[in-house]
Amino acid sequence: MITATVFLPLLGAMVAGLFGRFIGDRGAQIITCGLLLVSAVLAGLIFNKVALGGHPETILIADWIQSGTVNVTWSLKVDTLTAVMLIVVTWVSAAVHVYSVGYMSHDTSIARFQSYLSLFTFAMLMLVTADNLVQMFFGWEGVGVASYLLIGFWYEKPSASAAAIKAFVVNRVGDFGFALGIFGTYFLFGSVGFDAIFQAAPDKAAATVTFFGVEWHAITICCLLLFVGAMGKSAQLGLHTWLPDAMEGPTPVSALIHAATMVTAGVFMVARMSPLFEFSDTALTVVTVVGAATAIFAATVGCVQNDIKRIIAYSTCSQLGYMFFAIGVSAYQAAIFHLMTHAFFKALLFLGAGSVIHAMSDEQDIRKMGGIWKHVKVTWVLMWIGSLALAGVPFFAGFYSKDTILEAAWGSHTIAGQGAYWLGCAAAFLTAFYSWRLLLLTFHGRPRADEHVMAHVHESPAVMILPLLFLATGAVFAGWLGFDLFVGHANHEFWLHSILNTEAHPALENAHHVPEWVALLPTVVALSGIALAYLFYSFAPGLPVALANTFQGVYQFLLNKWYFDELYDTIFVKPAFRLGRGLWLGGDGALIDGVGPDGVAAATVVIAKRFSRMQSGFLYHYAFSMLIGVAVFVTWYIFNAR
Amino acid sequence: MNDWPLLSLTTFLPLLGALFILTIRGEAEVVTRNARAVALLTSVATFIVSLFILVKFNGSSPDFQFKETATWFPGTTIAYSMGVDGVSMWFVILSTFLTPICILSSFAGVTKRVKEYMVAFLVLETMMVGMFCALDLVLFYIFFEAVLIPMFIIIGVWGGQRRVYAAFKFFLYTLAGSVLMLLAMMAIYFEAHTTDIPSLMAHSFPFALQQWLWLAFFASFAVKVPMWPVHTWLPDAHVEAPTAGSVILAGVLLKMGAYGFLRFSVPMLPDASVYFTPLIYTLSIVAVIYTSLVALVQDDMKKLIAYSSVAHMGYVTIGIFSMTVQGVEGAIFQMLSHGIVASALFLCVGVVYDRMHTREIARYGGLATRMPIYAAVFMLFTMASVGLPGTSGFVGEFLVLLGVFQVSSWVAFFAATGLVLGCTYMLLLYRRVMFGRLVREDLKAILDLDLREVAVFVPLILIVIWMGVYPSTVIEPIHATVAKMIDNYELARAAHEGLSVAAR
Repeated sequence: MITATVFLPLLGAMVAGLFGRFIGDRGAQIITCGLLLVSAVLAGLIFNKVALGGHPETILIADWIQSGTVNVTWSLKVDTLTAVMLIVVTWVSAAVHVYSVGYMSHDTSIARFQSYLSLFTFAMLMLVTADNLVQMFFGWEGVGVASYLLIGFWYEKPSASAAAIKAFVVNRVGDFGFALGIFGTYFLFGSVGFDAIFQAAPDKAAATVTFFGVEWHAITICCLLLFVGAMGKSAQLGLHTWLPDAMEGPTPVSALIHAATMVTAGVFMVARMSPLFEFSDTALTVVTVVGAATAIFAATVGCVQNDIKRIIAYSTCSQLGYMFFAIGVSAYQAAIFHLMTHAFFKALLFLGAGSVIHAMSDEQDIRKMGGIWKHVKVTWVLMWIGSLALAGVPFFAGFYSKDTILEAAWGSHTIAGQGAYWLGCAAAFLTAFYSWRLLLLTFHGRPRADEHVMAHVHESPAVMILPLLFLATGAVFAGWLGFDLFVGHANHEFWLHSILNTEAHPALENAHHVPEWVALLPTVVALSGIALAYLFYSFAPGLPVALANTFQGVYQFLLNKWYFDELYDTIFVKPAFRLGRGLWLGGDGALIDGVGPDGVAAATVVIAKRFSRMQSGFLYHYAFSMLIGVAVFVTWYIFNAR
Repeated sequence: MNDWPLLSLTTFLPLLGALFILTIRGEAEVVTRNARAVALLTSVATFIVSLFILVKFNGSSPDFQFKETATWFPGTTIAYSMGVDGVSMWFVILSTFLTPICILSSFAGVTKRVKEYMVAFLVLETMMVGMFCALDLVLFYIFFEAVLIPMFIIIGVWGGQRRVYAAFKFFLYTLAGSVLMLLAMMAIYFEAHTTDIPSLMAHSFPFALQQWLWLAFFASFAVKVPMWPVHTWLPDAHVEAPTAGSVILAGVLLKMGAYGFLRFSVPMLPDASVYFTPLIYTLSIVAVIYTSLVALVQDDMKKLIAYSSVAHMGYVTIGIFSMTVQGVEGAIFQMLSHGIVASALFLCVGVVYDRMHTREIARYGGLATRMPIYAAVFMLFTMASVGLPGTSGFVGEFLVLLGVFQVSSWVAFFAATGLVLGCTYMLLLYRRVMFGRLVREDLKAILDLDLREVAVFVPLILIVIWMGVYPSTVIEPIHATVAKMIDNYELARAAHEGLSVAAR
């Protein structure tokens, strides 16, 4: 059953990809959607058996890499953590597959698109079912490639292929850390299998190693290197630049990959490695700081963007920051809980945005929208539900998970945790603000699009609306349903051994015993954020403009995303190309070839010419040089005779 | 067929085919057709024969197998002696596998002097296979040098614009290194009084002599690998060589240097190898970073891939000299994988070169629209080249880095930067050729892969994926040989250290 869940999407991808031209677009759609729905149903059964029934299992498929003491296998490990991810991945993916049938109906390469989607799903499933670091790396890179292919799906657009490369390369920077982390872990534990590593971790808690000429606490350095990988994939501050650009891909892709599943792989990985991270307070503090910084950074940028998808992208980045600082305070359960609820409401928001873009004849700038709620009532309601859940308004999904995270941050009683709480509250305020800014500018107020576009505004077909309804159900009920299991009283029986919390890190327990104002504050700030958005964009529309003009510097700074792209371009990209050109022309051309082969060849020619000039053909030249020679020899003889 | 001389058969069967082609007479067209057919048949037959080696190879034994010996120069120890172990066996198969693919791929590209071309290729195959099988120093040297001749001719006659320059550069560069190797071989003979490679592996040379011998071998092998800074012949040779020439160059000839390190430097001169390991690490790291940066700015498709080859071979040399099981096995695997992947990439370039007669990247763009199958094939090999897990490229790189990390984390750190740089230049290449809008008039009529081209690529694709998903098939027969090599190496090291302690 587990094997089928994982490999059915691969089958779908292969059939649609290789035989797409024989079975036609419709055939490709039926096969990929059908197989994925089967896979989603199976994932539900697995969740029931493994997570609710408490029967984790591992299936060995085949050997992979065997060399010396390195022994890597292809296997599928399913425990509660994996089962939750299976649900998230297959259900959201199934919704997106079906939605794409409608969204991509005018495209010329539908089979290719469906094939890529299924391929992505397969790689993601391999990632979450890995029982060793190397197989996880396989899935990790696999989703990276699928993401590359899908971002660059409309390859005729230069911006799309540029964004695709950027995504792949920035992710590779993270993978560079991940790979070194794998090598370090192997160095420390002599194995790359999770079970072996986790079993040995407590014994190595005090070990030190010397990497890169510095003596480190062994587990800390491994965790930090692995975390670099997680930062790349989950778009954390510093390695986040690819995510907003990735919105060049078709919208279903943004929903599936860049909101619900792939970008959460980093969160999953760190949660999976909890038995290692628990033994390094330094690494956890780093995770907390990076997460909190990302949460607030992305929220500030999200407030001033004008592209509907980019706003949601920065929102995703910010929410991932929440998940990471939850992990940093050892509330892994809360992080995964938020991951799950976030998958539903963020996929809903993205697909809703796709529906809006579809309705607005491919317009993405929210300044050119407005007043369309009457024409797309279903989408409008669904976007409201998504935003309510995202902002953490009580009794929607985000409320449960986000509040737990903030309470756990407070409950950690560490400086980093407290800081994360305050930054998290500030980000919650901004989250509510930008969500309503988006809603108000898109759906309410006066129409700002031209009449031609407005005349075409229409509701999407049922094949697009049905998946939205499904996700909306999740966005409303997932938090309420999951609370007890994921982070409430039943959480120990639910998670079993898939996540480790040492006694030194009781943040999640403390989360239930925080002062009342700590628990209430997030809701209060969320509501005030909404109120502020109404003030700015409904009652006093002049205010934001005046504000932007007064604080031009700050506005430009935020609008240009803190100038990260410009910075990286100046210190990495351009110098690399300049250096490459310099090394090629100067190093290879002038120095190595100039002194080496070409130089020697030229010198040979010159010397040979000199010698050939001596062959003048005049007898007296030869006689003269003979005489000189005789004189030299005689002299030498006389001097040596003594 | 247990007592058949399988190795000699594999080695000299192509030569027989070449002789047969030489006898073909008649109308030009008929000669061309027959020469092609005979060459293809011969190389396929050779491949089939070589498969018997694979099947009958005993992977659990670290010794040389299928040994054949015949006296050659009476009165000396120099003999005609052949045999393969876990290391060389795969390279024999690689050579016999790539040759038919090369011959098939040049049916469209090579139209003049086809008969001579096919003869050159079959002779080349004999020399390559012979080199990997040779168990005698002199025999090895003869094959090693003889490989240059057909390759020189292939580049010089069927090459591009600057073919003569490239051919001479290639020949003189490699020959200059080899002269020193010949001196070293003579020194070995006078010291050990034998040219038998297995006996030499057991012989222990004094440390001072080891250093000189090591440097002399290094001069020859470093050029062949090629290591930085003696790599500059490679881009020129690749660019000017015809497609199939590039394929063999990248697929097999580049492996000769690394094979030399594995066969001579490390087992025969272990102390010197330890002594010079930092040198190898430094040059390899420079190669990985330097050539990757240079590859970023290339305008010529073949030159870009040539520079990427230098970077990939940097991993190989790092792996060999890490002297860990993973490092050495990874290096061998990386060589085999690179042999397939780089060959396939050159074939990919050849496909569009045959159609448009230019390799300039800027002349292309948007090919994915007209050539979807080609785009998919090219994408697969691009991914294999950047070391995507699940393709053969990953396994080698991963094992090498894992192995060297156990010895030196800094080396692993710098080498791993290749992960980032490598994907950058390959994806940029892919983007500039495949993506974007198809605007050039002459490209609008370009055709996708035809049946012959698909037949060329399919075996390569299957092997790349198989090696990536189930690499045990390849690594299994290597284990015993590598284990023995590392054991002997550790023993020699221990003996040397014991001596130096006693001398104190």
